Amino acid sequence: MDLPRYHRLRGAYYRLEGRRCTGCGAVAFPPRPACRGCGGRELEVHALAPRGRVHSFTEMATAPRGFDPPHLMALVELEDGPIIAAQLTDIDPEDIAIGMEVEMVTRRIQEKGPHGYLVYGYKFRPPVPRGEAS
Amino acid sequence: MKTARAVGIGGYGAYVPRYRVPTATISAAWRPHGATKPAVAEKSVPGADEDVVTMAIEAGRTALGRIPELDPRTIGAVWVGSESKPYAVKPSATVVAEALGITPATVAADFEFACKAGSEAMQTAVAFVGSGMTEAALAIGMDTAQSRPGDALEYTAGCGGAAHLFVPADQALAVVEGSVSYVTDTPDFFRREGAAYPEHGSRFTGEPSYFEHTLAASRRLLAELGAQAGDFDHAVFHQPVPKFVVRASEELGFTAEQIRHGLVAPRMGNAYSGSSLLGLAAVLDQARPGERIFFCSYGSGAGSDAFAFHVTERIDERRQGARVADYLDRRREITDYGHYLRLRSKIRRD
Ligand SMILES: [Zn+2]
Repeated sequence: MDLPRYHRLRGAYYRLEGRRCTGCGAVAFPPRPACRGCGGRELEVHALAPRGRVHSFTEMATAPRGFDPPHLMALVELEDGPIIAAQLTDIDPEDIAIGMEVEMVTRRIQEKGPHGYLVYGYKFRPPVPRGEAS
Repeated sequence: MKTARAVGIGGYGAYVPRYRVPTATISAAWRPHGATKPAVAEKSVPGADEDVVTMAIEAGRTALGRIPELDPRTIGAVWVGSESKPYAVKPSATVVAEALGITPATVAADFEFACKAGSEAMQTAVAFVGSGMTEAALAIGMDTAQSRPGDALEYTAGCGGAAHLFVPADQALAVVEGSVSYVTDTPDFFRREGAAYPEHGSRFTGEPSYFEHTLAASRRLLAELGAQAGDFDHAVFHQPVPKFVVRASEELGFTAEQIRHGLVAPRMGNAYSGSSLLGLAAVLDQARPGERIFFCSYGSGAGSDAFAFHVTERIDERRQGARVADYLDRRREITDYGHYLRLRSKIRRD
């Protein structure tokens, strides 16, 4: 990920912000300059739901450069409908299951070496289990 | 110190990473000769994709989520206190503010005062809201504390912290009764620019540093308020090791029951800038309307900030999301010293 692209997409990376077409209502994530449904260019900022379920997942045997292992990729079906690709975190590979509930967190997704910049973005993890209030 | 208009905490959130390393795993690697038993049984360790920025964002999200009626854009200041910033030059606070939807009309900066950086941010947030400059200010204390492999600090240097969002008192879950600050030039602990690990000014540890400043700031605040230890329901202190908290609180007249809810170090080690703010969050998780909370931080170099809070009826409606105990109960144990070194980036691929 180059720095200008990271900067341009920070709303999507930090807050799951896509675009909704004011003409036909189609939602695009990450944002696109024009609607894929109707070609319209009147788009408004639309944040996707930060919760969903694991639609499918895989553990990549070799993490891409700049990503730390284990590299767990999933398709996450968000509460409001869209399915997005994202890394899973705070979970061991053997504990992931299709359909499990996950929530968005912001994490480091890439490090450009010890002297380079850090890329922060969305990942998904199981919600922190809530105990009974004492 | 008191503000022109009354101020309090409107929302708060905590964060502790999932990983724990038992201190027995560290002693097994180093086999320290004739060493005393480690001060804590285990400490929190960040995941490979975590740092002060990601941890501050999660704590901040919880804090904002607990006061949904407050538009993030009305927050006029975001300060992150830490001694383990991801960048030497580039603010953590702008990333946090951006992720929380607070940018661009806000003051933002990182604070550094060893373990007092978070409470320094609290003092400043109280002043910004108390003067009427802003309607809300977010103060965060968060650390992924550094420690040299094999050093005594490696047994207690933990990770975590909390975010406290200050607002006018009529919207607060806990109102600030007053605060004091007490600082001197004391060389007990320091890290030079570019150095990976901090150093101790050994003969300054404890007596002339932690105890001198914690006790002095606490006594000054009690005197300003005309209050005594027995007037409070809870007391929270900076927690380098649990026994320091026990001794300081006893000298001030606080009981074991008063410090019980805020003492988190036994389960996660010392969270440095995050330590006392996290303890305060743990107390707010338990506090009832009408209760009073005493708070005193400590940071090397050296100084303490003391605050007194009065809990309001709003507390019961501001507890959505994960509590401190939930984070402490969520634990994945690391029993391999090599795995610990990798998570702390002490060994790396590139
Ligand atoms: Zn369209």
